[in-house]
Amino acid sequence: MKNKLFGTATIAAAMAFGLPAMAQSPIKIGFVSTFSGPQAAIGEDMRRSVELAKEHLGGKMGGKPFEIIYEDDQFKPDVGKARSEKLVQQDKVNFIGGYIWSNVLLASYKTVVDEGDTILISANAGPSQIAGDLCNKNFFSTSWQNDQTPMAMGEYLNTKGVKSLYLVGPNYAAGKDMLAGVKRTYKGKIVSEDYTKWPDQLDFSAEMTKIAAAKPDGIFIFYPGAHGVQFVKQWAQSGLNKTVPLYQVFSIDAITLPQQGDLALGTLGAQEWVNDLPNEANKKYVADFKKKHGTYPSYYGAQSYDAIMLMASAAEALKGDLSNKDKVRAEMKKANFKSVRGDFKFGNNNFPIENFYIQETVKDPQGMVTVKTIATAVKDAVDPFAAKCPMK
Amino acid sequence: MIAALRTPRGLATALILLVLAALPLLTQAFDQRYLLSIGTRIVIWSIAAVSLNMILGYGGLVSFGHAMFFGIGGYAIGILSAEGISSGWIQWPVALLAATAWAVVIGALSLRTRGLYFIMITLAFAQLVYYVGSGLEAYGGDDGLNISRSRFPGLIDLRDKASFYWLCFALLCASLWFCGRYANSRFGLVIRGAKSNELRMTALGFPVFRYRLAAFTIAGALGGLSGILLANEGAYVSPAMMSWMKSGDLIVIVVLGGMGTLFGPLYGTIAFFVLEEALPPILNLAHKGWGEYWMIVFGPLLVLIALYARGGIDSLLGRRHD
Amino acid sequence: MEYLLLQVLNGVQLGLLMFLLAAGLTLTLGIMDLVNLAHGSLYMMGAYIAWTLIGVTDSFVLGALLALPATFLLGVVVEAVVIRKLYARDHLTQVLATFGLILFFNELVRALWGPAGKSIAVPGFLNRTIEILPGVPYPAYRFAIILVGALVAILLAWLVARTRLGMLIRAGASNRRMIGALGVNIELLFSLVFGLGAVFAGLAGLMSAPIASVRIGMGDDILILALVIIVIGGIGSIKGAFIAAMVVGQIDIVGRAFLPDILKTFMSSSAASSAAPAISQVMVYVLMAVVLVWRPTGLFGQRT
Repeated sequence: MKNKLFGTATIAAAMAFGLPAMAQSPIKIGFVSTFSGPQAAIGEDMRRSVELAKEHLGGKMGGKPFEIIYEDDQFKPDVGKARSEKLVQQDKVNFIGGYIWSNVLLASYKTVVDEGDTILISANAGPSQIAGDLCNKNFFSTSWQNDQTPMAMGEYLNTKGVKSLYLVGPNYAAGKDMLAGVKRTYKGKIVSEDYTKWPDQLDFSAEMTKIAAAKPDGIFIFYPGAHGVQFVKQWAQSGLNKTVPLYQVFSIDAITLPQQGDLALGTLGAQEWVNDLPNEANKKYVADFKKKHGTYPSYYGAQSYDAIMLMASAAEALKGDLSNKDKVRAEMKKANFKSVRGDFKFGNNNFPIENFYIQETVKDPQGMVTVKTIATAVKDAVDPFAAKCPMK
Repeated sequence: MIAALRTPRGLATALILLVLAALPLLTQAFDQRYLLSIGTRIVIWSIAAVSLNMILGYGGLVSFGHAMFFGIGGYAIGILSAEGISSGWIQWPVALLAATAWAVVIGALSLRTRGLYFIMITLAFAQLVYYVGSGLEAYGGDDGLNISRSRFPGLIDLRDKASFYWLCFALLCASLWFCGRYANSRFGLVIRGAKSNELRMTALGFPVFRYRLAAFTIAGALGGLSGILLANEGAYVSPAMMSWMKSGDLIVIVVLGGMGTLFGPLYGTIAFFVLEEALPPILNLAHKGWGEYWMIVFGPLLVLIALYARGGIDSLLGRRHD
Repeated sequence: MEYLLLQVLNGVQLGLLMFLLAAGLTLTLGIMDLVNLAHGSLYMMGAYIAWTLIGVTDSFVLGALLALPATFLLGVVVEAVVIRKLYARDHLTQVLATFGLILFFNELVRALWGPAGKSIAVPGFLNRTIEILPGVPYPAYRFAIILVGALVAILLAWLVARTRLGMLIRAGASNRRMIGALGVNIELLFSLVFGLGAVFAGLAGLMSAPIASVRIGMGDDILILALVIIVIGGIGSIKGAFIAAMVVGQIDIVGRAFLPDILKTFMSSSAASSAAPAISQVMVYVLMAVVLVWRPTGLFGQRT
């Protein structure tokens, strides 16, 4: 009894004074995402999934309690870098997860991985530099490299026999990556490749008119977030939905679907995770998420959930002792946990080697618009930049 | 010099400079590395604010595009670094020259306009630079570019955080000294005179346009310098460093500190960074989760500052005598 | 030929929407000498209010019609609480204070309506395409925007040219002191004009909602474009704003629809497809810079 009391007091003291490296000090996790401003909806979805993961873990990793410190990057690279710096240098966190945006991740990247004490897990952004020559042993991804998803779409279009394709995307780095990605694998004719102004172009009438005149077999788009809502709505309103099918990556998801609604029905997209993937971890995740929030989780959320589970798997294997970073990295590299996307391996650059699926927008039995898996586009895909990474 | 310490303003300024000068030692003693990172950014932004203050504060020229000089200075470093030229002896002069040249060109075009038109034309040029930056696919485009820091072999290692901080601080002191000389020179008096009455200055025979162009160019060059430092601080450049929001932040800083005062930009930068760092945690203390709504407080605060605190922090330190 | 006509119509529709937003801005600037960055927030509020009212009334037209007086009211309140204190101040103060308002409204919307965007469906009777020429379909809703926009433009032209309010607005734009001397209740006039500007902004916001989406910060990007338009047109000039909006609308469409093909005539195909979006992105800014270098007070602005 006395002992227990003393232990509690020590924990309290350790928490109050932030004493480092106490045996009972909690595991600290930083989570950087966008929680304010126009893109806060994505950050909120990620946080819900992180909190759900915490609940499923019972608030403990490897027998130790853990705390999560959320930081808002405000959708600005310099702010994201400053927040990451704070997490590493002041809060001295064991892991940092999150990162929706490539530019925020790239700005924060060196500060975190060069420091050596913190392991960075991207739950979304996957710029080619980090998969290639900038790869680092302190970095892991639970998402994908930017090019992979559109490449999977391209493969699927080949098997489906779509003869000509019209590409449209926003004129910024990820937009160009995505269109380049589909061109890597798609073998049919590219009718045209249009880049629209970013982020201020909200009207796509000129593009719709061009597409109608070009009469392609399909349109391929990449418009994340609000722009995806606009593009899909305008595509449907222009009447093109009756003549030209829409193929997309990252433009129709659980966050945008409530706004796209019926207009998005029948569109096809590629993704490494879909809410109906038939594995136990996923069933539990999706069911509990829906019970709590009344909506389907998005892929942003699924990847965040996996990021926390990946951290937990390493802590579990090491019984909560994260002091030896080499051991932590080795455990993480095993990816020894039940991912909601099904089992996967890490490649030499610490990006997942994983399957990509084709999803169709449908109505669920309750009448809610959502996506369901209709095919596997590619199996165990390795990203095209892994060869450039000097790590083994 | 000693006499200046007797006024609250003198004392406060001396104290701030003293703390800033000793910051690396203090942060090491108290094991607060993060504070040194914030300190470095404060010092670099102060240099930019000093440069904007030279035209906005003293000259009344509201440039809504000053962050473009961050970008030009930063990208000059970034592009040279990506091309394998890592010597600071080449990088820095090239970057300064680029910022100066660009300032001359757009100054010559923009200074023909007045009022809102000037605000908007400077914004337009800044947007131009911004989109050119995001269009540079070879240099990362919108994603930006990870770079290695400038090398000054045998002189200083910029990777060492304390050395880099002291370099920035020395440059800030030099900028403040220069700005003090500028404000009280004949040249500075013409700029200040033209702010309140351009016609009179012209009537007195001063070529106001040329004086303003010179001031705009100096401010641009100094802005470019802060861009050079910013690129080296993060070892990263991206178009976001010159977005119009950053130009807006710089204006807020200058006004917050006190327009047309020598140390105003320094006060303003410190206050701005402290607000940004402290407001969310304070709101979170009041109620968990409120921190993310900090702009609901920051927005009206800005309105109040604009309305009632136009002298800025400087005016809180007592009346000026100069 | 049909293709050209369709693209011109697209440009007209875009221009008219921008004109609605620019009209209110140029009025407040011209008559009250007020730079109101928060105009974009009124655009956003108009859309959010309309979303709520359409949900309540279950009718697009009714909800939209009710949203207009609501945004008018909101405009009058904002004017009375904050804006009124800004008239006598310089542009810098106004920019700062109204920038503060933008931050406030963005977070307010997030607190009230949540972070996720909202969606307004195209009203049923407009959810189809119509044939503007035999065999040339055009989305009915976009055609409706053109009609409403043109109607408002005509109404505004009549208001400014033929009514007492318009006379005061014109007088105010050229000589602010004079309207005071005429014994007009300036406070009321300013309130009214600001409210009117808010209505136009709200109308633009709610009309663009079914095409775009209702989201936080929807007014911020578009506000810069509206400012560009009134600066090109000349501050205070409704005519200038209209012409500039039309020109900007067409330039925008040319950059998107024709520029790649134009560039391909003298450069390689891949160079053209990467250069075209970069050029079209900055074209309006270049246009503004050129206009201002040529005419420092815009096309129809008051000479100083």
